[in-house]
Amino acid sequence: MDRAARDRLKWKCRRGLLELDLVLERYLRQYPEDAELAELLDLPDNDLWDIVSGRSDRFDGNLRDIVTRLRAN
Amino acid sequence: MSELAVRRFDAVVVGAGGSGMRAALELARANLKVAVLTKVFPTRSHTVAAQGGIAAPLANSTEDNWHWHMYDTVKGSDYLGDQDAIEYMCRRANEVVIELEHMGMPFDRLENGKIYQRPFGGHTQDYGSAKMAMRACAVADRTGHAMLHTLYQQNVRANTQFFVEWMALDLIRDSQDGAVIGVAALEMETGEVSIFQGKATLFATGGAGRIYAASTNAFINTGDGLGMAARAGLPLQDMEFWQFHPTGVYGAGVLITEGVRGEGGYLLNKDGERFMERYAPNAKDLASRDVVSRAMTTEIKEGRGCGPEADHVLLKLDHLGPEVINHRLPGIREIAIKFANTDPIRESIPVVPTVHYQMGGVPANYLGQVVAPEGASQEAIVPGLYAAGECSCVSVHGANRLGTNSLLDLLVFGKSSGEQMAKDIRTLPRPHRNLPKDAGEPSRARLARLDAAGGGERVADVAIELRRTMQAHCGVFRFPEDLAAGVEKMKQVAARAGRVAIEDKSKMFNTARVEALELDNLVETALATIVSAEARKESRGAQARADFPDRDDKNWMRHTLWYKDGGRLAYKPVHLKPMTVASFEPKVRTY
Ligand SMILES: Cc1cc2nc3c(=O)[nH]c(=O)nc-3n(C[C@H](O)[C@H](O)[C@H](O)COP(=O)(O)OP(=O)(O)OC[C@H]3O[C@@H](n4cnc5c(N)ncnc54)[C@H](O)[C@@H]3O)c2cc1C
Repeated sequence: MDRAARDRLKWKCRRGLLELDLVLERYLRQYPEDAELAELLDLPDNDLWDIVSGRSDRFDGNLRDIVTRLRAN
Repeated sequence: MSELAVRRFDAVVVGAGGSGMRAALELARANLKVAVLTKVFPTRSHTVAAQGGIAAPLANSTEDNWHWHMYDTVKGSDYLGDQDAIEYMCRRANEVVIELEHMGMPFDRLENGKIYQRPFGGHTQDYGSAKMAMRACAVADRTGHAMLHTLYQQNVRANTQFFVEWMALDLIRDSQDGAVIGVAALEMETGEVSIFQGKATLFATGGAGRIYAASTNAFINTGDGLGMAARAGLPLQDMEFWQFHPTGVYGAGVLITEGVRGEGGYLLNKDGERFMERYAPNAKDLASRDVVSRAMTTEIKEGRGCGPEADHVLLKLDHLGPEVINHRLPGIREIAIKFANTDPIRESIPVVPTVHYQMGGVPANYLGQVVAPEGASQEAIVPGLYAAGECSCVSVHGANRLGTNSLLDLLVFGKSSGEQMAKDIRTLPRPHRNLPKDAGEPSRARLARLDAAGGGERVADVAIELRRTMQAHCGVFRFPEDLAAGVEKMKQVAARAGRVAIEDKSKMFNTARVEALELDNLVETALATIVSAEARKESRGAQARADFPDRDDKNWMRHTLWYKDGGRLAYKPVHLKPMTVASFEPKVRTY
């Protein structure tokens, strides 16, 4: 991933919910180049937060790994 | 020097939150060509975080009317709100909420099919009686989310043009007559600056809660509209008034709803004492937001805070048991575990009063027109510029906002500014004005300075210092020595911000550049706040001074105006006269 791609991903992590800002900021510090993340970032804020906080399991099966990492983070 | 690209529209709206999208819809439906610029995808605007609801006296569950709502709002504002604007908002509340329902907003419903309404702090029946009004309309705990999605879909249908990941940098004014003719904006993808020219320009850029270290606001809330207005020579109004929420998670800011204390949770100091019993013997932990926040701050200030830094208190709820915590307080456990590393079923949650809502902003009237003193007039209209939502100061919230009145403000003043803009656009000649020769120059100069700076301050360091200074010197409870020292410190922070440098100068999608540009806006907002707070020698609403504990209507029932130029202050009277009803005379505010 080049710098612009990293920054693009970083900006997609700027959300309307502070909860997500914080979790995603922490996650990016650990995994700044996780391209899989982009797919999750297209979800509406509340749906994404429900997934990250473990209240919902409504996400594509092939995203299981990244969701696990996000939840553990 | 190469020319900047120019895009021309009838209307340019900066911000795609609730207020910006409501205004854009009005304009697009009037068949005008509308551009909406936004830093993030529209439905990721901060409005998405709103849970509690929207106030409207629909009287679906209890008797209610706009007069009662108006009284509550005037009283809540601690008599600093403009009563004409408050009357206007309360009278149009039912209309804008029902309109939103017709657009498809999936409000919670009563069995009879009408919109369900619930009580909310400060909203009463019969002019402040002990009976609560049921006035808040909600979509479960997702009201803001539903509102943004509804408005976005309507805008797409009405052909509003969205410019996503575009950041407005500066206003463009015609020096001949001061008229606003658009904004210069940065396309993040390419890093290029363009001019968006409009016959009418609206600021709907939201709040600036990120000037505090402890904030419930998302990272995007950097006060860009305020910075742009200040740099263009316009004043910022009543910036000393910021609402604090008592229970933000220590170190993170994430809000823990009042519902936790409603269910029986309470606050403890380091001695394990339930200190609210001393401050509010009756209401205790359920006293109003400002009372609880002040008590917490006093405990911390007097050395009874918790933790190694003695800088927070604890919210205890483990006694409620897992049943109540898991079922009646959904989401709270997840938040505590994720952000405080504590499981509330076993331990208490560390909390601090956390900044939540900005009452001040760009001065505007109830038609959204931006107003500023000029010649003999205290409120001369700035031609071409409008403001709505949290970035504006209309002023309906005065010194303190009532919960659920903000989403209402977005709808009413989003709509009224859209209506007024459409009207004004039609009176202007068809062709756009000629752009001044130096249009966009200030923005280009800001970028050029960043590009040229070989070394200097780091953006993140300056931003942290700014937030720490505001938190320590201009928080919930304000002490004269702290304020005076804080003003000096903030001036130093501002000077440092003028010397920031970024390592990577590349243009294409460079977030470091964007964050450096946002810092300029945080600086203007923070300076306006602390200078205005230091100067106001009274306590009113959200401004609580240790040395002037009382409200002083004789000397201070007036609005503050702060100018960037020399940090100058001016004042203007509060509109005490409503549009059609008798004034509500100031009384002591007790609940
Ligand atoms: C956690 C939380 C809960 C809340 N709950 C409630 C509630 O229940 N009821 C209630 O009435 N109020 C509530 N509030 C307050 C209310 O949500 C906000 O005041 C309101 O949503 C602000 O809306 P807005 O349209 O002014 O701005 P925002 O929704 O913040 O939108 C600002 C827009 O401006 C854009 N923008 C900013 N700067 C630029 C720039 N330079 N260039 C281009 N675009 C830019 C952003 O991208 C965004 O689209 C709550 C607030 C918080 C923090």
